[in-house]
Amino acid sequence: MIKQKIVLRFPPHIVEKPTIYHLIKDYDLMVNILRADINPKKEGRLIMELSGEEANYQRAIEWMNKQGLQIMNLEQQIIWRSDRCTHCGACTVICPTEALLFERPEMTVHFVEEKCIVCELCLRACPARAMETLVDNANFK
Amino acid sequence: MKTNRSIEEINAKIKTGKVVVFTAEEVIGLVKEKGVAAAAAAVDVVTTGTFGPMCSSGVFLNVGHSQPRIKLNEAYLNGVPAYAGIAAVDLYLGATALPLADPANRNHPGEFIYGGGHVIEDLVAGKKIRLVATAYGTDCYPLKKIATTFCLSEINEATLYNPRNAYQNYNVAINLGHKTIYTYMGVLKPDMGNANYSSAGQLSPLFNDPLLKTIGIGTRIFLGGGIGYIAWHGTQHNPSAERAGNGTPMYPAATLALIGDLKQMQPRWLRGLSFLGYGATLQVGLGIPIPILNEEIMGYCAVSDQDIFAPIVDYHHSYPYREGGNLGLVNYAELKSGAVTVNGRKVPTASLSSYAGAREIAVSLKDWITTGQFTLTSPAVTLPSVDASISLKTMPQRDPEEREDQ
Repeated sequence: MIKQKIVLRFPPHIVEKPTIYHLIKDYDLMVNILRADINPKKEGRLIMELSGEEANYQRAIEWMNKQGLQIMNLEQQIIWRSDRCTHCGACTVICPTEALLFERPEMTVHFVEEKCIVCELCLRACPARAMETLVDNANFK
Repeated sequence: MKTNRSIEEINAKIKTGKVVVFTAEEVIGLVKEKGVAAAAAAVDVVTTGTFGPMCSSGVFLNVGHSQPRIKLNEAYLNGVPAYAGIAAVDLYLGATALPLADPANRNHPGEFIYGGGHVIEDLVAGKKIRLVATAYGTDCYPLKKIATTFCLSEINEATLYNPRNAYQNYNVAINLGHKTIYTYMGVLKPDMGNANYSSAGQLSPLFNDPLLKTIGIGTRIFLGGGIGYIAWHGTQHNPSAERAGNGTPMYPAATLALIGDLKQMQPRWLRGLSFLGYGATLQVGLGIPIPILNEEIMGYCAVSDQDIFAPIVDYHHSYPYREGGNLGLVNYAELKSGAVTVNGRKVPTASLSSYAGAREIAVSLKDWITTGQFTLTSPAVTLPSVDASISLKTMPQRDPEEREDQ
């Protein structure tokens, strides 16, 4: 069994294809969609958790690559700039999944990438702007 | 034997490397273990710190004379307007100033990506700053326009002067409304979704000398990673606010005006901030040494978070419409635990002031003193305290056409 959070990018020409249908029907994967958007350039972004048999998962990834989908690990999407963070903690009540959490008694902010669902609420709630996203994510605001 | 120590004695011990310094956090345990009298006898100085957003901050600059000369009338630093109504090439840049082209809250909530606070951070970091200015031209100052760049080392003076810093206590902000609000206390989620506070509590300078008995005009301090001084009491200084038995106020009270040479400060401790939907500001790191002149002062320095209280204030209606009142008092130990109970409900808390930063400042100041780099000063004049009968004034709002002879 494998369980992996990934980000899919759909170029405009395949954004309307039923990709999820194939993942379930042909590869027997469980799909948990965390977030889906289409930007004005008609590019799609799908953030989801896939789980199933390892072999099926690998075949599904291969198939998606062939379809022209861009596949990225979720962890690469939101970047915590520890050099910019002042450890105030303002983000920790805004983050819905406790990916940003406050360690006590150290009173410091920690970022647990695996818990992040790329909601991006922290980006602007951080007064020191220590949270960043990949430049092309900006198109999906 | 009762402790009775002078600042001169403390400085003599600093010079010989025999001074004993504790941070305001470390000293709490010492007093608990040994009692106030023994702690006062053992410790010469207690260091404090705070690292929070402080809007009432800014810098005076003298950018030097151009050739031909110019008397700056309208000036912009990296696009951010600076006040030029002083002498020819003197400017004051405030932390909350915004570029004229900033969209502000036209697309609410605005981002306020770059303002005066960010220019100050860039200046301290040694980055090149773009100066664009115009003037009307005079016989002695003929130039009417200038566009150039400079960095901190190339100008005559850069003096950080913050009219109101180090607030002795502050409101805990909460939102009783049904929509998210965007305030200088951060993003407040609807229906009491979170409660934000902004004080270092037990490490905060003015909680450790609550009645202002040791500090005053001329007190040397840690300011922005360098050395600064207390210039005056701060604006909105309100020492008359109601106090607990330990002398700490339960509401926003005393404030300080601070001054220091920006050229020896560090960008680490002067950070430009962007408050969503509110504006730009500056996060200021400062720390004040408290000389343990006697047992009474040690008693104040031993204060801990559970004995310091702050009011919970609604920023949806009560604060903006100045209606007064609050939803009760909470102590800083509760606030720092991550949740407080308001109206019978558990509400998650967050701070805007960095406690980790405050701790680092108090430790740095301790190091400076123990290694002999920093000596204490006696204040030239003490600041107005509880006996000064100050009452905080609000803005007079009357019909400007009203005649005084009627």
